Amino acid sequence: MNNTNNFANNRLVNWFKLSSPSTFYPLAGKLIPFFWILTAIFGIAGLWVSFFVAPVDAVQGQGYRIIFIHVPASWMSMFIYLVMAAWAGLGLIFNTRLSAMMAQALAPIGAWMAFLSLWTGAFWGKPMWGAWWVWDARLTSELILLFLYLGFIALQASIDNPRRADKAGAILALVGVVNVPIIYFSVKWWNTLHQGASVSLTKAPAMAQTMLLGMLLMALCFWMYSIAVGLMRVRTIILEREAHADWVRQLDEVKN
Amino acid sequence: MSALLAMIHRDLLLVMRRKSEVLTALFFFVVVTSLFPLGIGADAALLRKIAPGVIWVAALLATLLGLQRMFAADYVDGSLEQIVLSPQPMVLLVAGKIIAHWIVCGLPLVILAPIIGIQFDLDASSLWVLMGTLLLGTPVLSLLGSIGAALTLGVRGGSVLMSLLILPLYIPVLIFGAGAVYANTVGLNTSGHFSLLGALLILALAFVPWVSTSAVKIAIE
Repeated sequence: MNNTNNFANNRLVNWFKLSSPSTFYPLAGKLIPFFWILTAIFGIAGLWVSFFVAPVDAVQGQGYRIIFIHVPASWMSMFIYLVMAAWAGLGLIFNTRLSAMMAQALAPIGAWMAFLSLWTGAFWGKPMWGAWWVWDARLTSELILLFLYLGFIALQASIDNPRRADKAGAILALVGVVNVPIIYFSVKWWNTLHQGASVSLTKAPAMAQTMLLGMLLMALCFWMYSIAVGLMRVRTIILEREAHADWVRQLDEVKN
Repeated sequence: MSALLAMIHRDLLLVMRRKSEVLTALFFFVVVTSLFPLGIGADAALLRKIAPGVIWVAALLATLLGLQRMFAADYVDGSLEQIVLSPQPMVLLVAGKIIAHWIVCGLPLVILAPIIGIQFDLDASSLWVLMGTLLLGTPVLSLLGSIGAALTLGVRGGSVLMSLLILPLYIPVLIFGAGAVYANTVGLNTSGHFSLLGALLILALAFVPWVSTSAVKIAIE
């Protein structure tokens, strides 16, 4: 805490002020509806484009439309892991409580995205390839990413002291970030070493502009959704952890 | 340097005073690998094909068994705190514990592997490749495992949790270790696998002792 007070004397004052849970809690509360509105706008536009505007795929028929959920979920699962590790690293370096809470709040969302990506991928794979699951490099590394998320959540949940849980989780998240590319390439090489994959995801066919637009809109929708839910979760975590603090007791939602 | 050697000596001495724990892990390795032919059938061609994977997976699990002991006993009796407080660089002391773990849990697997390989009808050159990959790979397992062992110190259900944390990180070692043996049995070049395993070992040696040290410090605080 002394460190942050020293920092408060220089120009970075605003940012460090935000790192205090008591300042961040009301701000997050104001931001949440804004992000929900963005989620709805992008979601409606994205679904409209993907269901009514985007043409039927010549090879895959209507079934390809699952791409509009599947690809954004995969992107977000990877992106959230990076963001989570970045927050965890910040928490480790500056010893700010809020950063670790952000990491803790993001982990279940990322795990959910990874699960969603695998789940929709299986539904896509069955009609297109005739198999629910193939040991393709991308599928395998997405599965391992899900395991990494679950490990992070399990480690945080089983350490009672929240400060220790934060730091231990941060180390695990950072080790995971270093490992994700190694795992990805090793799985890729393993796949090519064993046998040529019977199906290839890497040869992406040239995509119609509207399909790409739909995918990008849906990705933005997922992104805004993740921020909104992340802020809601972090507010809950703040209330849980700061329950002893005066400013929490004086909140309207806590009093009533 | 003498601190490193002293730590290795101390840990090995502790293990020699209570040999059963180490022998259990080795026995586990032998039993698990011997169960596979019983479950799958004694078809020699099939056994040759699954041998690299089975032996490597059994090696991963056997290493996990020993990891629990790396810091836990010292944590309980307080000597880990003394290690943290000691004037020696803590990285060296942690590295000593990791090396001791490898000598106890990794090296015996390298020596035992040919015997298991013969059970699976591997030819002589594949046995050499198997030993070589284990020699390069098991130190990586000990190194990465030490992170998990340090993070789960004094945690409820620590050993199960540790396997959940560590096994996904073991995947690259498993892929290249088992891959080299498999490539050799079908007559492909194995130098790429060995290079990658060596790269993993160097990478782990360069970073992991520091990571484990900070993880131990977090647990002690």
